[in-house]
Amino acid sequence: MKIHDSDAGANATGSGSGAYGPVPRKEDARFVRGQGTFVDDISLPGMLHGAILRSPLAHARIVSVDATAATAHPKVMAVVTGADLAERGLAWMPTISGDVQAVLATDKVRFQGQEVAFVVATDRYAARDALELIAVDYEPLPPMIDARTALDPGSPVVRDDRPGCTTNHVFDWSAGDKAATDAAFAAADVVVSCDMVYPRSHPAPLETCGIVADMDAVTGKLTLWSTSQAPHAHRTMYASVIGVPEHKIRIVSPDLGGGFGAKVPLYPGYLCAIVGSMITGRPVKWMEDRSENLMSTTFARDYHMHGEIAATADGKILGLRARVLADHGAFNATAQPTRFPAGFFHIFTGSYDISAAFCEVTGVFTNKAPGGVAYSCSFRVTEAVYLVERLADMLARQLAIDPAELRMRNLLRPEQFPYTCATGWQYDSGDYPRALRLALDMAGYDELRREQAQRRARGEYMGIGISFFTEGVGAGPRNQMDILGLAMADGADLRVHPTGKAVLGVSVQTQGQGHETTFAQIVAHELGLSPDDVEVVHGDTDRTPFGLGTYGSRSTPVSGAAAVVAARKVRERARVVAAAMLEVAADDLEWLDGKWRVRGDPDQARGIAEIAMAAHSTLELPDGVEGHLDASAVYNPPNLTFPFGAYICVTDVDPATGEVKVRRFIAVDDCGVRINPMIVEGQVHRGLADGIGIALMQAIVFDELGNCLGGSFMDYLLPTSMECPSPELGETVTPSPHHPIGAKGIGESATVGSPPAIVNSVVDALAPFGVVHADMPLTPANVWRAIQGRPVRPDLALS
Amino acid sequence: MQVPAQVEYEKATSVQHALALLARYGPEAKILAGGHSLIPMMKLRLAQPEILIDINGLTELGYISRSGDVLRIGTLTRHAQLLESGLAGEYFTIMHDAERVIADPIVRNWGTVGGSLCQADPSEDLSAAFAAMKGTMVIQGPNGSREVSARDFHTGPYETVVGPSEMLTEIRLPIRSGHLRGGSGYLKVARRVGDWPVGAAGAAVWLADASGGRQRIADTGIGLTAVGARHFVAAEAEDFLRGRPADEENLAKAGEIAAQHCNPVTDQRGPADYKRHLVKELTTRVLRIAVSRARGAAS
Amino acid sequence: MKLTLTVNGTEHSAVIEPRLLLIHFLRDELGLTGSHWGCDTSNCGVCVVWLDETPVKSCTVLAAMTDGRRVTTVEGLARGGTLDPVQEGFAACHGLQCGFCTPGMMMTARWLLDRNPDPTAAQVREAISGQICRCTGYENIVRSVLWAAKHDRSDEDSRL
Repeated sequence: MKIHDSDAGANATGSGSGAYGPVPRKEDARFVRGQGTFVDDISLPGMLHGAILRSPLAHARIVSVDATAATAHPKVMAVVTGADLAERGLAWMPTISGDVQAVLATDKVRFQGQEVAFVVATDRYAARDALELIAVDYEPLPPMIDARTALDPGSPVVRDDRPGCTTNHVFDWSAGDKAATDAAFAAADVVVSCDMVYPRSHPAPLETCGIVADMDAVTGKLTLWSTSQAPHAHRTMYASVIGVPEHKIRIVSPDLGGGFGAKVPLYPGYLCAIVGSMITGRPVKWMEDRSENLMSTTFARDYHMHGEIAATADGKILGLRARVLADHGAFNATAQPTRFPAGFFHIFTGSYDISAAFCEVTGVFTNKAPGGVAYSCSFRVTEAVYLVERLADMLARQLAIDPAELRMRNLLRPEQFPYTCATGWQYDSGDYPRALRLALDMAGYDELRREQAQRRARGEYMGIGISFFTEGVGAGPRNQMDILGLAMADGADLRVHPTGKAVLGVSVQTQGQGHETTFAQIVAHELGLSPDDVEVVHGDTDRTPFGLGTYGSRSTPVSGAAAVVAARKVRERARVVAAAMLEVAADDLEWLDGKWRVRGDPDQARGIAEIAMAAHSTLELPDGVEGHLDASAVYNPPNLTFPFGAYICVTDVDPATGEVKVRRFIAVDDCGVRINPMIVEGQVHRGLADGIGIALMQAIVFDELGNCLGGSFMDYLLPTSMECPSPELGETVTPSPHHPIGAKGIGESATVGSPPAIVNSVVDALAPFGVVHADMPLTPANVWRAIQGRPVRPDLALS
Repeated sequence: MQVPAQVEYEKATSVQHALALLARYGPEAKILAGGHSLIPMMKLRLAQPEILIDINGLTELGYISRSGDVLRIGTLTRHAQLLESGLAGEYFTIMHDAERVIADPIVRNWGTVGGSLCQADPSEDLSAAFAAMKGTMVIQGPNGSREVSARDFHTGPYETVVGPSEMLTEIRLPIRSGHLRGGSGYLKVARRVGDWPVGAAGAAVWLADASGGRQRIADTGIGLTAVGARHFVAAEAEDFLRGRPADEENLAKAGEIAAQHCNPVTDQRGPADYKRHLVKELTTRVLRIAVSRARGAAS
Repeated sequence: MKLTLTVNGTEHSAVIEPRLLLIHFLRDELGLTGSHWGCDTSNCGVCVVWLDETPVKSCTVLAAMTDGRRVTTVEGLARGGTLDPVQEGFAACHGLQCGFCTPGMMMTARWLLDRNPDPTAAQVREAISGQICRCTGYENIVRSVLWAAKHDRSDEDSRL
């Protein structure tokens, strides 16, 4: 079921639906035939296989590494240790956060699963066998596992490799006006506070990370086939690390089997494969297995949050405060703009009119894998929205106000946009009350509350949870945001061939989002072509313009905008050529129904195909006009875009067993103009499934020795078709005023908005038992313990 | 890359051939049936047998048939076949209830009943189901065959009474008829569909009409999974219920007794106190189901 | 050891190590990269192929176990150049995004429809409950299979 709000804002382009719409995907043709090309599908002549030996201990000194037996294995071509890399100056590599990370450990290992040695063999089975022939002598050290004690004096120090470093402190960061917020709290009628954990999870794309590295010693060219969401950024980083100049590096991200942020960072395995290729003179493939993926690549979340909300007696929110402990693992490798070490967490006032807010975030090192920003978090918006939506529900409960009503009283009003929140974000557009009303109508909210009351009288427990979220995506303006000094602008190259077919090169990298289709639709819409006439090229740094890649839902807001700008440049060039063809002045032409037409005489028209041929022909062109229609653009977004949504989740809880069943999920999303509604809905479906997994079953936990207990899909549980109900989707459309086609982006919205809706629902179900809050994941055991008033701590192993 | 270590391989052409190979290679030989317990352990290198004896060609070991008042299940019967067997479902609803929640449909296509029972994972649902139904295991060895009660078959985690030169070939379940009305069921709590159980309980109940028009529980079998119950059996709860009326109070008491006599450990599926509580809850519920089905059954 | 089996109707012989997993045999020896691997614990199901008439997780089957048998992969779904209705359904209903789980899902869907030509949505969900998708949230996969059920061709021969 899909509901469209008929009163939604006008299509920003004003030119009818054009090429927008539920166009079937061009990329499906190869995938349904099993003819996708993923990195592990690539086989080159003479290719060797690499495998990584990893530390079984979370914290230990490396006494010795003996690779003699491994090197003697008849199928082993090379063994690389930390000492070998150190000789090449490659034992450490930069992270996206400006820290360093060990490629292969030299002095110590700092998390279970850390890379210690690299074997290159003739086949992957032999490589695996050879790992057992490497003898590493470890001297165990006390592990630093509990983030809450990381700053206690005497705690084990993780990063003694950093000069002068004697603690596990990474950073302190704050945003907002502390004094004003303190004053607002002092004046409030009611203050509700809560400690809540957003547990460590992992994006777990089905395709793990990997690479095929081919160093050609003769040409000096390094070619990498790699699971990278940001191939150009990776290229620039590699150039600064491995001594191959940037113009000699080509990175091809072929088809990617999901990314979700997992494929943004550089990983030691990539560097090892490159070194392996340099040493052996042959291509080297390294693909991680699932346990490596879960134990060593970027985790997500792991925020310990203390939140407080202050309000009047009738539920008007006056202030919001948050203090956060951020577990960053053993190296600071979070991927977010430099100026924001806690990402966009300070968007935590959410969708409400809150004039006073203050947040502080402290980052700490622990003996766990590095990472933190991943899994569709929009740079920590997941954490921020979870905090404020839980607090809103708790405030509603405290004041005995219905949670929908409480939100309605505090949601920003349309006339307040563009709205600058208490921590400086300028929200571009939105009609929040309309979206909430639509969601409530779709859910039959009043009827659900009646049913809840009836069931409670019978000893049955259902819950209704609401989440209203505002996202900030499409990073970002170059005067505010960079990653490692690179501005977050993205480019588009558009070439129009003489027969009127177009090729668009984009700098973003799809991992399933359908760019080959949606970007073709964008160009087709601007140029009056069919999407079939537009070929989208991406993922090959030799063939595409520079950009910072796909994550943070930025493809449509940034690269999409670049494509629009390039297409409009093409269209303007075409105008001049068309004028020459029609022997009129360029100003006499208007763009109407996919063609340049003479004003007042619309049948005198030329379409792009004819114009392209003419541009390439011998037609006399005005001075300064070159004989082609090609154009390119680099788009510097003036602001983020702010998609939003209203979600309602209905759950049924069995308090005797703790089992939770998600009965219904209603999701109203507003992502501005929708280029391809079918693809938009697919993105929402995924995020709702993410929420079910994150809220009910997914967590990476560690025991007191630092053993990672979420290292396989037997313990890191992902939702199946049985846990995910058929979602009920609705939409409103509030175009972004600053985006060329009014689109905002959708990729992460549902992952942001759904976990709080589910947790709110379960807590609502358990209200008769006095449960006020319960941490994710709400496994049956955790639910039951919450009912008993003895919750478990979700980040540490049960013991 | 998780792949097995080097291993030798032989394809058995008959049960006798398989036994001869087992005798020849000793404890470093492992029977390969569906492989869905063994191969994952080999990939993680937790199991490194020297030789695999593939019995998948012994199609004569895959059957579900009735002989008089015994249901006979060949060891090579795939989980999916047991789940789809109308014959098994007619007499042993518990088997269908249990199979439905074991692993997933694709794994059930190839994993075998015998393989799962011999893997002897403490969380194996079938172990409790067969124990509740008081099945008999038929084990073949160099000296012929022997029978062991399903309730004595498992001697500890991942340990059974099957010796290194022996092979489980059949599981037998008694079909009780006559004046008794039987019903059975299985209930499992898991963190997610397809996961190993946090705790599970299976029960069979046979009701007899007693004087005064009341029904009594003539016999019962209660199996518990993943909670450290000895031999997967809640023997004390069974003893309590035998002879008593099948009323709510007695079923609840049986649940309590079962909870007292199991030995759950805290792990990532849950703390021990929660699991013990689950035993009480699930045992009572599944007894209720078994009784209700017994009442609905023709005598 | 020597292995002889039929894959998508073609007989193959090879000398392999007994420990070689079927998924690696298909991908690395035969170049049939349409089936994938995604985990270590037989949970994710991106490796699903047919062994004789039955979908199995080929990461948990030794190639040796397929000696003398028939294997069908996604490359064998289409007949000549004509896509199977399941493949058409996935394309028509946006049942895939990254495409990594898709071959396994389609092989299970084809098997389901061969046995149950008119399944309910719940039955479809149950059939794919052992296979993970990280992109679609499953809704459109279910719709794709139901579309294929409606558009299945009644003159379909048995699969090779």
